[in-house]
Amino acid sequence: MYDATLAETVQFPAGGGDLLEGYLARPLDGQPRGGVVVIHHLPGYDRETKEFVRRFAVMGYNALCPNLYTRVAPGASPDDAAAAVRAQGGVADEQVAADVDAAARHLRALTNANGKIGVIGHCSGGRHAFLAATAVDVDAAVVCYGGLIVGETPPQLPSMVPLVDRSPQVRCPVLGLFGNDDQFPTPAQVDVLDSALTEAGKAHEFHRYDGAGHAFFSVDRPAYRVEAALDGWQRIADFFATHLGS
Amino acid sequence: MCTYLTDTLAVSGSAKGPDGWFRITDASVYFDHPVHALADHTLNIDLRRPADGVGARVAVELTAESARALAASILHVLDSAPAACPTPAAPPTFPLTPPSPLTPPSPLTVTK
Repeated sequence: MYDATLAETVQFPAGGGDLLEGYLARPLDGQPRGGVVVIHHLPGYDRETKEFVRRFAVMGYNALCPNLYTRVAPGASPDDAAAAVRAQGGVADEQVAADVDAAARHLRALTNANGKIGVIGHCSGGRHAFLAATAVDVDAAVVCYGGLIVGETPPQLPSMVPLVDRSPQVRCPVLGLFGNDDQFPTPAQVDVLDSALTEAGKAHEFHRYDGAGHAFFSVDRPAYRVEAALDGWQRIADFFATHLGS
Repeated sequence: MCTYLTDTLAVSGSAKGPDGWFRITDASVYFDHPVHALADHTLNIDLRRPADGVGARVAVELTAESARALAASILHVLDSAPAACPTPAAPPTFPLTPPSPLTPPSPLTVTK
């Protein structure tokens, strides 16, 4: 079995003539593959997010993480870029949606693409994955403990508006993975999102883990919860296999 | 959790980074995921000079307990400063304008 993958930094065209930086990983066996857009969290386009990208390539997908901070801080270290973006109030949702769309288009243009695209994000990236489900042509969306989909906009980050009212606009099946000890989002907020998607008639499945809080997938943080993470990864694998297969 | 809670403010002073000392003009204070500290959430402070690029930054990530102790210590030291070391509310503006080297020194006046 040939299982080589390639992971590399790339540039790809986005709106307004901009070139975005991204981290792309893909299988090299030449078989038709679905694509996954990995949306990084507020702390940036960091090593941990790139590890997710490589894992999706090993799982058999072309995966691309766009650097959403390319315009603000080209070439900067991820933490410096995140600090600068935070100080200016974050990135507008419209810009994020456009950049995720550009990443999806880049994945669809790869020679081994099968045309199917999924999106996944953790933390603020989870919120952006839900945003993408409402605004971008994707086939599946995975929301990992996305905060502020339900709730109030923090005054310091006016770009973070609630998204739950956009549930009727969801275009694809949604997989949600949440920790019951999380406070952003709280279990009650997850209930609200679950109900909103049900009322809108949108296909979704939520899995909620006892003994896990925010960031339970993060292997290098105290928040890591091995049972929740392993089950979550299996849910993700099954979900993408169902919706992104050839 | 991602609290997104961020305060930004103008500051005046200096910080030392990998390339040496630089004037700082801005600060961000927030409680969120750290990059390096071994904790799920920390009180993070970025001391910045955006005019010199996003890398002109000194960052610290403190546990909540450490941050409260540091804040209390800062206020204690400032409140305990002797009157001979005034802490003006409005700090001087940088860069300070040096005297012109072409200006001749004022003649000394001797009073008997």
